[in-house]
Amino acid sequence: MKVDESPTIASLFEEIKSQADSHWQELFDSGQPVIVVGTATCGRAAGALDVLKAIRDELERQGVDCPVFEAGCLGHCYAEPLVIIGKPGYPPICYGYVNPVIAERLVKEFVVGDNPCLEFVLGALEANDLVPSFADFPRATYEKKIVLRNCGHIDPTDINHYIANGGYVTLSKALQMSPEEIITEIKDSGLKGRGGAGFSTGQKWEICRNTPGRPKYAICNADEGDPGAFMDRAILESDPHSVIEGLIITAYAVGVRNGYIYVRAEYPLAVERVRIALRQAKKLNLLGRRILGSDFSFDIRLFEGSGAFVCGEETALIASLEGKAGMPRHRPPYPPTSGLYGKPTVVNNVKTLASVPQILTNGAAWFASIGTEKSKGTAVFALAGKIVNTGLVEVPMGTTLRQVIFDVGSGIPNGKRFKAVQIGGPSGGCLPESALDLPIDFDSLTEAGAMMGSGGMVVLDEDDCMVEIARYFLEFTQRESCGKCTFCRLGTKQMLALLSDITLGEGTQADIDILKALARDVKTGSLCSLGKTAPNPVLTTLRYFEGEYQAHITEGRCPALMCQHLIAYYILPNKCERSCDACVGTCTVEAISPNKKRIKVIDQEKCVKCNTCLMACPPQYNAIVKLSPPSEVPAAEK
Amino acid sequence: MRTVSLTIDGQQITAREGDNLLWVALDNGIYIPNLCAIRDKSEPMASCRLCFVEVEGKEQPVTACTETVTEGMIVNTRGTRALSLARRSFELLMASHSLDCAHCPKSGSCELQHIARYLGTRLKSKQLRELRRDLPIDDSHPQIIYDPNKCVLCGRCIWTCREHLGVGVLGFAHRGFQRMVTTFEDEPLAISKCDRCVECIGVCPTGALLPRNETKTRVTSES
Repeated sequence: MKVDESPTIASLFEEIKSQADSHWQELFDSGQPVIVVGTATCGRAAGALDVLKAIRDELERQGVDCPVFEAGCLGHCYAEPLVIIGKPGYPPICYGYVNPVIAERLVKEFVVGDNPCLEFVLGALEANDLVPSFADFPRATYEKKIVLRNCGHIDPTDINHYIANGGYVTLSKALQMSPEEIITEIKDSGLKGRGGAGFSTGQKWEICRNTPGRPKYAICNADEGDPGAFMDRAILESDPHSVIEGLIITAYAVGVRNGYIYVRAEYPLAVERVRIALRQAKKLNLLGRRILGSDFSFDIRLFEGSGAFVCGEETALIASLEGKAGMPRHRPPYPPTSGLYGKPTVVNNVKTLASVPQILTNGAAWFASIGTEKSKGTAVFALAGKIVNTGLVEVPMGTTLRQVIFDVGSGIPNGKRFKAVQIGGPSGGCLPESALDLPIDFDSLTEAGAMMGSGGMVVLDEDDCMVEIARYFLEFTQRESCGKCTFCRLGTKQMLALLSDITLGEGTQADIDILKALARDVKTGSLCSLGKTAPNPVLTTLRYFEGEYQAHITEGRCPALMCQHLIAYYILPNKCERSCDACVGTCTVEAISPNKKRIKVIDQEKCVKCNTCLMACPPQYNAIVKLSPPSEVPAAEK
Repeated sequence: MRTVSLTIDGQQITAREGDNLLWVALDNGIYIPNLCAIRDKSEPMASCRLCFVEVEGKEQPVTACTETVTEGMIVNTRGTRALSLARRSFELLMASHSLDCAHCPKSGSCELQHIARYLGTRLKSKQLRELRRDLPIDDSHPQIIYDPNKCVLCGRCIWTCREHLGVGVLGFAHRGFQRMVTTFEDEPLAISKCDRCVECIGVCPTGALLPRNETKTRVTSES
């Protein structure tokens, strides 16, 4: 900002940096092994806190005093809990599927002893001769970590870890640049908003900066609510400072003094870690009054959302921040011209903000060299559903869906066939196998009827009924509709009723036509983007899987054997073993009984289709099958 | 203030720059169906989705209540796509409206009937299914009978009670399909802090808020 002050900024930061460096170096200088446990929500769900406790207990028993710290998510959520042990003389090794017993062994045999327990190794963090490293994984060819670079490697509750790994350097440099320079750099990089819509971030900042009116506000939108999406949560839990640094730089570039991070309250760990991060940043004067001695002051407040999905929509988010009901309003005016309290406001997604420091450090040209012609940089996806490697992945834009699902995600488990991938959550669409070679970028996904969305990717296999999937996502949006505008409140309700009928086998051809017409009208007529995109799952499944809808309507058949009303359970007499009655005992409604030949028969009248018998039938017999339509069950057996 | 000239349905109109298209049209005798529009409200609700018009140069029909007039604007209120969206929105509202014109005191002065005539649609939808909520009628108040099943959630009563008169008895509550106009904690109107000005009845476009004396006995005995 002021040239004569820049040495102060640099020297003040240098002091902070050298302290952080020595703090970080101490970890490794002790000569002791360093143990890192991934305790983001994904790890905790798999039992990481028990593992952490087991490690600490065992270290105490062994009388070893070595540093143990908690980190975030490495992206390999399928193998949680993860433990990384960095022992002098060995490469840092990451162990997967750790439980308390394995954890104790790791301490006894590797930390105390000298056996690296190769049977539990997931991969090493560096290339070496002892164990395969993550770089040797097929996914490494495609991954490029910009936003996720620190996730899982540093302690999110210790600002020194972030600073020692290159954090806040960009801020100290940005404060010595002019805001216009920063905006130009971001514009040149081609960064587009990662929240879904894909508007140019630099342009948004510029509009907000040039709009008269004070004060201005900057908001980080961390109200991630799509079913199956957890990118923002993982970033906030694993590397909150990257988002905070991005927000501070945004504020400096736009001319903002007050910022908010809007996190949903359903993310308690993210809330806690952001809160700690904010406190630490403030303590080091990276946040607050006259940041690093410059004349730029900026403060961030944490705001917990109360659980409405629609508050991820920026105007609803702003209404919610103002203390009003979280309901969207008509745009324009867009927030950069009239946002919080009617003042110019920038609202940016978590991933957008986390990209900002990297762009300024490495330059706009570097960022623009990654990705495709129109979509620059990387895309972060949360892989979920029927995929082997569930977890987080960051790939350059332009990577194909096939590469992400089959090479990074290792394909579909249990030898099942891929059917569709649901991208962009309830606002996105289901894309079939024929779309797998589409490059992932904003335009091609929109063209195919889905959308980039915020990054949820749910993989579906042959056992998933597309009508039911469409119904599921529509039920979600319908339930989350704020109810303000007619199309979303009543249109989605009508569509849901039609879809429910089809899954019950009560649909007609006319229903399909009304469904299509309604979907089109809700898409054009709704007030906000929640309503405008709510029909996408229905429209894409109708576009790519209309055959399945037809089977439900004309034959009363669910090809995926998923819709309960359209299937029946049947015991194949030639496969049923006379001496076995595993199914009889498990049946919850006593619908199964043996006939004279001791072959088990299901009383279709009593059966409630709970699937228990199918699970109970021993795999060597595999005698129970699902049939659709239910009339397929041989008459004599009924 | 500067003026602009625009064309609505072929009619040359002069208006103040920045004025709202819906009100400019209505003031010039050109009807556009609407329920949630309130002239004095600074920001349009834009929730009823009935006032769709086609504006030259815009790809999709837009709601007139969210448009400001600009110089040379060419507006068509009778465009096929605009009317089809308005009809659909109206159809959706009616499919969830407790339709009972024969017994409704509002019949004849009901805005829903007026809009149906304008759009050339039936009151009862042929295509859509009835999605009714069957909420209890509030007849506790000495002057007002409130039937939420006839409410179209236009918000006029709320604006009048809350913003215009500063009483604030009525408000929106619940989300999605459950959204309704109600009192704090759904308490009966009689024990609310209603000051009995009954202004809400005057602004209600449907038979949801009715004066008690006009209400036929059938309605009261039902609750």
